[in-house]
Amino acid sequence: MTRRTAVFGAIVVLVTAGVTAYALSAIAENDRRTSTATAATTTSLAQIEKGPRILFRHTGRDADYGHVGAVALAAPDGARALTDRSCDRVHAQEESISCLATERGVVSRYRATDLATSTPGKPWREVDGTDLPGLPSRTRISPDGKLVASTVFVNGDSYMVSGFSTRTLIRRIGGASYGDLERFTLVVDGRRVAPVDRNIWGITFADDGRTFYATVATGGRTFLARGDLTERSLTTIADHVECPSLSPDGTRIAFKEAGEDGTLWTPAVLDLATGRRTVLAGETHSVDDQIEWLDDDTLLYGLAREDESVSDVWALDTSTAATPRVLIPEASSPAVVR
Amino acid sequence: MYLSLSDRPATGAEPRQRDGRVSRTVVTLGIVSLLTDISSESVSAILPLYLTAVVGLSPVAYGLIDGLYQGVSSLVRIAAGWAADRTDRPQPVALAGYAMSAVARLGLIFAGGFGTISAAISLDRVGKGVRTAPRDAMIAASSDPAHLGRSFGVHRALDTIGATLGPLLAFVILWRIADGYDTVLVVSLGFAVLGVATMACFVPFRTGARAPLVEPGERQRASVETNTFRWRAALTPGLLRLTGVSAVLALLTIGDGFVYLALLETGGFAAQWFPVLYVGTNLAYLALAVPMGRLADRVGRVRVLVLGHLPLAAAYLCAATGSGMLWTTCAAVLLLGVFYAATDGTLAAVAGQLVPETVRASGIATAQTAVALARLVAATGFGLLWYAVGPRVALLAVCAVLVAAIPAGLAVMRRALVVEPVETPAGSRS
Repeated sequence: MTRRTAVFGAIVVLVTAGVTAYALSAIAENDRRTSTATAATTTSLAQIEKGPRILFRHTGRDADYGHVGAVALAAPDGARALTDRSCDRVHAQEESISCLATERGVVSRYRATDLATSTPGKPWREVDGTDLPGLPSRTRISPDGKLVASTVFVNGDSYMVSGFSTRTLIRRIGGASYGDLERFTLVVDGRRVAPVDRNIWGITFADDGRTFYATVATGGRTFLARGDLTERSLTTIADHVECPSLSPDGTRIAFKEAGEDGTLWTPAVLDLATGRRTVLAGETHSVDDQIEWLDDDTLLYGLAREDESVSDVWALDTSTAATPRVLIPEASSPAVVR
Repeated sequence: MYLSLSDRPATGAEPRQRDGRVSRTVVTLGIVSLLTDISSESVSAILPLYLTAVVGLSPVAYGLIDGLYQGVSSLVRIAAGWAADRTDRPQPVALAGYAMSAVARLGLIFAGGFGTISAAISLDRVGKGVRTAPRDAMIAASSDPAHLGRSFGVHRALDTIGATLGPLLAFVILWRIADGYDTVLVVSLGFAVLGVATMACFVPFRTGARAPLVEPGERQRASVETNTFRWRAALTPGLLRLTGVSAVLALLTIGDGFVYLALLETGGFAAQWFPVLYVGTNLAYLALAVPMGRLADRVGRVRVLVLGHLPLAAAYLCAATGSGMLWTTCAAVLLLGVFYAATDGTLAAVAGQLVPETVRASGIATAQTAVALARLVAATGFGLLWYAVGPRVALLAVCAVLVAAIPAGLAVMRRALVVEPVETPAGSRS
């Protein structure tokens, strides 16, 4: 017994020493990082907000990690403005910004904040917001800046049974919420249905103030659905489409197409008029993001670097043979403000 | 037939605690569970964030991983129970289960993609499935039968302390180190290793073993002789009734997730508090596990096990009727904790009593697996009902059926106990 106690004591000492050493070095690394200014060239927000721009989440491992940044659309790899606003996901139009953020705690809390940008360079004003029941996943602001959509991911958090579902809301900024989209009338393949396992995520808005597109998943299939806020309905129009994003001219949907085993997503584009799909296999990484349009022929999305918490925003032309390139280093969640 | 077997004196095994104190082995197993739960729950707390924010998996991919959690564990549980009985050595089987989960933590540190992460998580769940029944068999073997309920209560209370400390630890680390996910994983591995070490060093190899250690040749013969009817021996009429009753009640156990979601739906609290609800349930479970175990020892374990579903029915009622009132939310959360305190450990205690000692782990595993599978069915079925008639009506319907099922369950179990007297070693029948 005494030998066992000695062995146990030795294990305790080794484990404690090892874990403590790791934790201390992680703390030191963290402190070094959070006191380091970003390596990127910076400029003022006023400068950037004078013209078309791209907002994003800054992912450089420095003091501004997770903060919203902005670059000029004309010089995406040029100087960036960095704000103090922390967001997991960000989207923006000319005068409105949606920010989904995690407030860390013993149990984390999640919040959607709607911000208004009135004068270039002036601090963003909080105009509306709501608590979220789960982990931020996607957000979009309508082209007129009046509607905001958020998808969060509710995990059952239960003691014995775990579950999973998404919760997608559309709200009028400063107005009423349209509620959980799972309560909208759902028409799949022309038939009105009410499946139990429906999940809805990844909204993109058209510019008429009522039409939107979303992913509807049910029965192991994912559909592209066209939604109508006035009729409170969702109607599927294509199969095998996830996280749609409507092009600025409103003619095409960019999305991620799941591979065979459902774990590798390839960016693709669907022509709404003809139904023609173009899979952009020039991107070989799995793209798990809601794509943003840089212009009518170029897609933007975030991709994590190998073994790092740093990600970059990549640009990919919508022609079949195109190969992707890094557009904004150390960034994710791009939002183009034209 | 099994009676002749169980009448064998339990020589060689750790002596049962007889003086009314909780056995050292039970406390040690509780500490092992505490350490292991700190390890697993600290990771569970950060896993959704880690997978989506750092590894970059979408909610859907995470859902797939989460699904893996559920099925894997039940399948291996019976096999592990059988292995523990067959070898008559629950300790090494349980130890292997704890070790698997520790290896899974190591795997998670180095995992980078969907495939490796799901492999690591599956291994963790297999480990959990492997260790549960042999461990519960050891608790039963090391306890005074008169205080079995309390023993399981002590074990589950320690286990739940770990489950509560884990997320707290993860929070402290992430508060100090903004993207300290790796640190959480390393610390978690440390606790898993300490759990395995505690088990290996302080829970004797032969804990829960029935037969004395004999010469290899002789042992071989003994195994051959007794193995042929092992599996059927576990399926005593009493255990079959228990399994049936528990499974039916489990079919009406829709899971905390749905109760919380129904509360969210009826507006009982702000959405921001959604993630905190399970902490309340955990705390109630933690506080009541031992008192409920004592109560079970005094008034009858079967009674507490079956009647323990009344607080569950009350929780459904609170969630269904309490529109927007804070106290109904609190009540529902706490009632769920009462339900777990009354039923989780008690199920293992009763199952262990209703089968001969030779097949105790198999018997416990059978009842636990039936409950786990029935709860999976319940969750799916309730999902259907929820969408068909809405949360309120669905909850009230399940609540009504559950209230009706409880006296029926009691009646069936009462007959079971008459048919099948509680199995205790000679001399301690009470």
